[in-house]
Amino acid sequence: MRFTTLYCLIRISRSRAKSKFLLPVMVLLACGAAMAQIPTYNVGRPPTEAEFRTWDNLVGSKGKELPPGSGTAKEGASIFTAQCSFCHGQNGEGVYPYPRLVGGVGSLNTPTPIFTVGSRMAYVTTIWDFINRAMPPWPMPRKLSPDNVYALTAFILYKNGIIKETDAMNKATLVEVQMPNRHGFYPDPPGATPGKDGFWTPDWGLGKPVTKPAGK
Amino acid sequence: MNSKNSDRRRFLKRTAALAGLAVGSLPFVNGKALASVTPGLLNGGNGDAPAPKEGLTAEEPVIQDLLYGGRSSYETTIRSPSIGTLGATGLRTLTPLQDSIGIITPAAYHFLVQGDTHIPNIDPKTHTLMIHGMVDRPTVFTMEELKRLPSVSRVHFLECTGNSGLMHYKSLLHDMKEARKDITVIQAMHGRTSTSEWTGVPLSVLLKGVGVQKGASWIVAESGDNIHHAKSIPLAKAMDDMIVAYGQNGEALRREQGYPLRLVVPGFQGVCNVKFVRSIKVVDEAYYMQREITAYTNTKPDGMSSWYESEVGPKSIITFPSDPHKLPGRGLYQITGIAWCGRGAIGRVEVSTDNGKTWKDAVLQTPVHKKAHTRFRFDWNWDGSETVIMSRCTDEYGDVQPTMLGLAKQWGDERTPAIPASEILHWWESAPIGEFLNNPIQPWRVKPDGSVEDALYNTLLPNPYFPVPGKV
Repeated sequence: MRFTTLYCLIRISRSRAKSKFLLPVMVLLACGAAMAQIPTYNVGRPPTEAEFRTWDNLVGSKGKELPPGSGTAKEGASIFTAQCSFCHGQNGEGVYPYPRLVGGVGSLNTPTPIFTVGSRMAYVTTIWDFINRAMPPWPMPRKLSPDNVYALTAFILYKNGIIKETDAMNKATLVEVQMPNRHGFYPDPPGATPGKDGFWTPDWGLGKPVTKPAGK
Repeated sequence: MNSKNSDRRRFLKRTAALAGLAVGSLPFVNGKALASVTPGLLNGGNGDAPAPKEGLTAEEPVIQDLLYGGRSSYETTIRSPSIGTLGATGLRTLTPLQDSIGIITPAAYHFLVQGDTHIPNIDPKTHTLMIHGMVDRPTVFTMEELKRLPSVSRVHFLECTGNSGLMHYKSLLHDMKEARKDITVIQAMHGRTSTSEWTGVPLSVLLKGVGVQKGASWIVAESGDNIHHAKSIPLAKAMDDMIVAYGQNGEALRREQGYPLRLVVPGFQGVCNVKFVRSIKVVDEAYYMQREITAYTNTKPDGMSSWYESEVGPKSIITFPSDPHKLPGRGLYQITGIAWCGRGAIGRVEVSTDNGKTWKDAVLQTPVHKKAHTRFRFDWNWDGSETVIMSRCTDEYGDVQPTMLGLAKQWGDERTPAIPASEILHWWESAPIGEFLNNPIQPWRVKPDGSVEDALYNTLLPNPYFPVPGKV
């Protein structure tokens, strides 16, 4: 129970990071450090505001972690030229060996499938998350603002013919975007537990046990 | 005094050079080394590998030379820089399986797949692991704290998900065209697997400590290097046998292996074993991260892809004799190799010396570790005539390693309607795709002059740079 309270305090402190409220919260956190240790071994401390900001920004397919912000393909074009075109080309065509981002929709069941962001991704959030956390890798990722990431995502979607140039992408509109390859993967959703036999992959089914299975 | 100092400097410099890969930073600041392993520069450029780092020189070592140690100057085996595969970028090196001994891969020979040309040099005093998400007590651990927690040491293999795939053969053909002579088929095709004794904290200890909440079913681990690799892994696997590892083969992790902290996910495909791990978030669904979609998925000719595959199938390979070796003449040889699988222990390895007509059991090195390379040995009297040798393993649950065609059949059978094996095989040969989790039987052709060559990949794809012996 106390731990939950502490966690709420951390959350409150995040929302008021820049206010005068921060100092008392930090004091509280310091007092609470012992509480947040893992009980048996008394090690660890609660994450700081900065640590949450840096390491708690994965975005899943429901987009619930998406921050406020907005951007259109039109706005994304100039950012793309400045930040991305060195590797991905002016229009997302890719500069070998760096990945192509545009085109290939409908090619996956042909003899020459073309894997791009447009033809391949199942969820639009994957694009947003990857740009936000890991792009551009040189000289340093994670320098783009949420507005920039929304605009770049919009630019890539627009270049793939998935949205219009003026469509604004934000927390609400982004998750509404249906990727062309949404149903191109199996099993969907991926399993979080092993099969009935205790194994993660399908039975190879090619032989008989040579020794008694040692539990599982 | 001056000469003493300069001697010392010279010694330090030399020691650093001798320690070579151990120092970690050395190979990566070498411009030539970088050029030779960066595909953007390699392809169409110079394909020469960097000169092998020598071990101890032939001179009598002084005590300082022995403080970390090197090897005999007669030993020259090295990892080989890997070639770019279908536009892949980053730093890659391949384990020299052809010279492997026993089951443990020395850290200096451990394969490397880094999705970036940058390998961070992380100060362990500043490195922390944060566990958060659906937990009662989001917690940050320092390295010092992690090392105080209950630890385990376990012997496990790691294997790159793409190891042994035909995509690598296409790259190998390209390198042969560039007249690169330093690479062998066994290393280029299969050298993305290694076995180490890993030491660290079971992830289950940490997760129980922070209190996983009801409804959680996955974790997403994230790396602290510039690529910020993130991977979803089922929570059930995390609670089973995953290790947050800081030790490898009796010393700290090598820098390129994720120093100071990495995940080890026993038996699962290599991409799960997140290096430089900084964050583990407990969540209630797979997170569809970039490296779970754009690669590490297996696309079939109908355009559908399997994703979130995990366990490596039963797999074995003869490491001696293999394609760099030349048998000096007829007589007794010990055929030897390694076998492994993602489900558990290897139960049996059979060897055929007559192109698969008959099979005999090989002797397994004991103890057999679960989810680890298992050394097998088989005495063979070669009569000097041309033949094909190969190994086939069975895991403790009775799953048998398939041929390449058998693997194609298995993958075709996943689809409804089933796709014929021949069509899958043709797809691997011709389509611009990468295939993952390959475990085909690898036949080696022993020729009358004692030379050994690949008898699998060069029968599948036209190879103008090798003599083609015809289909097996």
